[in-house]
Amino acid sequence: MQIYLPIAEVSLDAFLLLGIGGVVGLLSGLFGVGGGFLITPLLFFIGVPPVVAVATGANQVVASSISGVLAHLKRRTVDIRMGLVLLAGGLSGSALGIWVFNHLSRIGQIDLVVQLSYVVFLGLIGALMLQESLRALRRSSRPGAVSVKRHHHSWLHNLPFKIKFRTSGLYISVVPPLLVGVLVGLLAAIMGVGGGFIMVPAMIYLLGMPTKVVIGTSLFQIIFVTGFTTFMHAYTNQSVDLMLALLLIIGGVVGAQIGTRLGARLKAEQLRILLALLVLAVCVKIGADLLIRPGELYSISEAAQR
Amino acid sequence: MIRRLALIAVFLLPAGIAGGTEEVVAGLSQSSIAITANFDGSDLLIYGAVKREDRIPRDSELDVIITVEGPSAPIMVRRKSRKFGIWVNTAAVDVDHAPSFYAVATTRPLNDILSQIEDLRRKVSVPQLIRSVGAPPDIQDSPSFTDALIRIREENGLYSLHEGAVELEEDTLFRTDIDLPANLVEGEYRTRIFLVRDKKVVAANEALIDVRKVGLERWLFDLAHKLPAAYGVLALFLAGLAGWLASTAFRLLRNG
Repeated sequence: MQIYLPIAEVSLDAFLLLGIGGVVGLLSGLFGVGGGFLITPLLFFIGVPPVVAVATGANQVVASSISGVLAHLKRRTVDIRMGLVLLAGGLSGSALGIWVFNHLSRIGQIDLVVQLSYVVFLGLIGALMLQESLRALRRSSRPGAVSVKRHHHSWLHNLPFKIKFRTSGLYISVVPPLLVGVLVGLLAAIMGVGGGFIMVPAMIYLLGMPTKVVIGTSLFQIIFVTGFTTFMHAYTNQSVDLMLALLLIIGGVVGAQIGTRLGARLKAEQLRILLALLVLAVCVKIGADLLIRPGELYSISEAAQR
Repeated sequence: MIRRLALIAVFLLPAGIAGGTEEVVAGLSQSSIAITANFDGSDLLIYGAVKREDRIPRDSELDVIITVEGPSAPIMVRRKSRKFGIWVNTAAVDVDHAPSFYAVATTRPLNDILSQIEDLRRKVSVPQLIRSVGAPPDIQDSPSFTDALIRIREENGLYSLHEGAVELEEDTLFRTDIDLPANLVEGEYRTRIFLVRDKKVVAANEALIDVRKVGLERWLFDLAHKLPAAYGVLALFLAGLAGWLASTAFRLLRNG
């Protein structure tokens, strides 16, 4: 069934869009990533103009994150206090990121920087996670294995402004989560994504939060970051296509619910291996696009404003 | 239009073309196209007849060329090249006039029925329609950019040439079908009909088709542009509502 999208000005198959929304929503519920790094390239691929794809993708991420967070709230796996601290850092980071983005646009190299940072960060995070979770899986499968000590003391624990994060079972300084928030917000603004795929590993490995809490908390702060992005795109570029968003959202919220339930049945290590593989796959795809000679060297875009 | 025809007539009469003047009387199956939510392209039937005072001239063959042209917008064509081992956009050329859609239908191969000078004057074939502002000084091969533009749009079905697609009967009645794709841009589409003899245009006719979004499509588009803040809030509200509905529905489904 073809449906005409009023802002994108293309006609696409409604079931295809529902399917894309569903798959991305499933991953979002499963891993706590917004899915922005997946939905935007997928929309490009089926012919949605890039500006519309970025803005509408963000809108879909809002919906699937809300759907996922509500499911996590029921299971008490959202650390709201931690989420708020991360969000505070994240918003200041993204303000900084937008400034960097505009500066790079002026130089005219933003596309390259975005693609390179995708490759570098996805590759780095994917490889680290895969290595770590494979080791953890091997350890847990060995009989009589020693349980891993998560609360190792380091210089992180000597910082001031300690707060109790009850849901995560942590008593740490607010400084590390704030810094993580700033870093993720910065990268998210430059790369045009919610930042879940950076946030999730950062919470697990840098802050030492339990995996089951990480997903809900990541989704919680993604809602606000992508909500802000959606509004700004709609307000300044008029590039949010509600018709497209609605189809993606319907697929997405259903997918997110299924993903959340599926996630509850999988082991934390298995989840992390799957997310690592997904992140690496996207990294390889983007890297290959940069290295392999494209079939069509030319591309058409709307004239740049001068 | 009438004035143009009159002008042509004035030009042609002194030239003394045998058989007197010929005029085009044309019709369109649709004078406007409404883009609705389930719009997936449209078939445009263009038909008409040749009106003449005298009998059909036999000393030259009559051919018909029909064009449909979508609204134009300035665009930028970029080219990638390899730099430090990776493929990046390194060159760009501005094209300040390129139709978003262009279809040409003819009775016979275009080169056999229209001279280059007439093509240039009437801007019938695609390359004549595209106007480039001139490339930056560091780009030597700017024609390859316009060639690429035509190639990409031909692949997307936006530019097309259908030779032999116009049916001409008894040198008087003609008709053709033009396929309008689903990814139409809003605006005025110009259709032109040329009568051709001896590789020269002997009569021409022009009409406009209005392509507009209607209903929900129109409403959303207008809201997005006139009340962007409200539109943004609506987008977020719908996202929140959908997220909440799905979560509630699944909970009921599990419990019920």
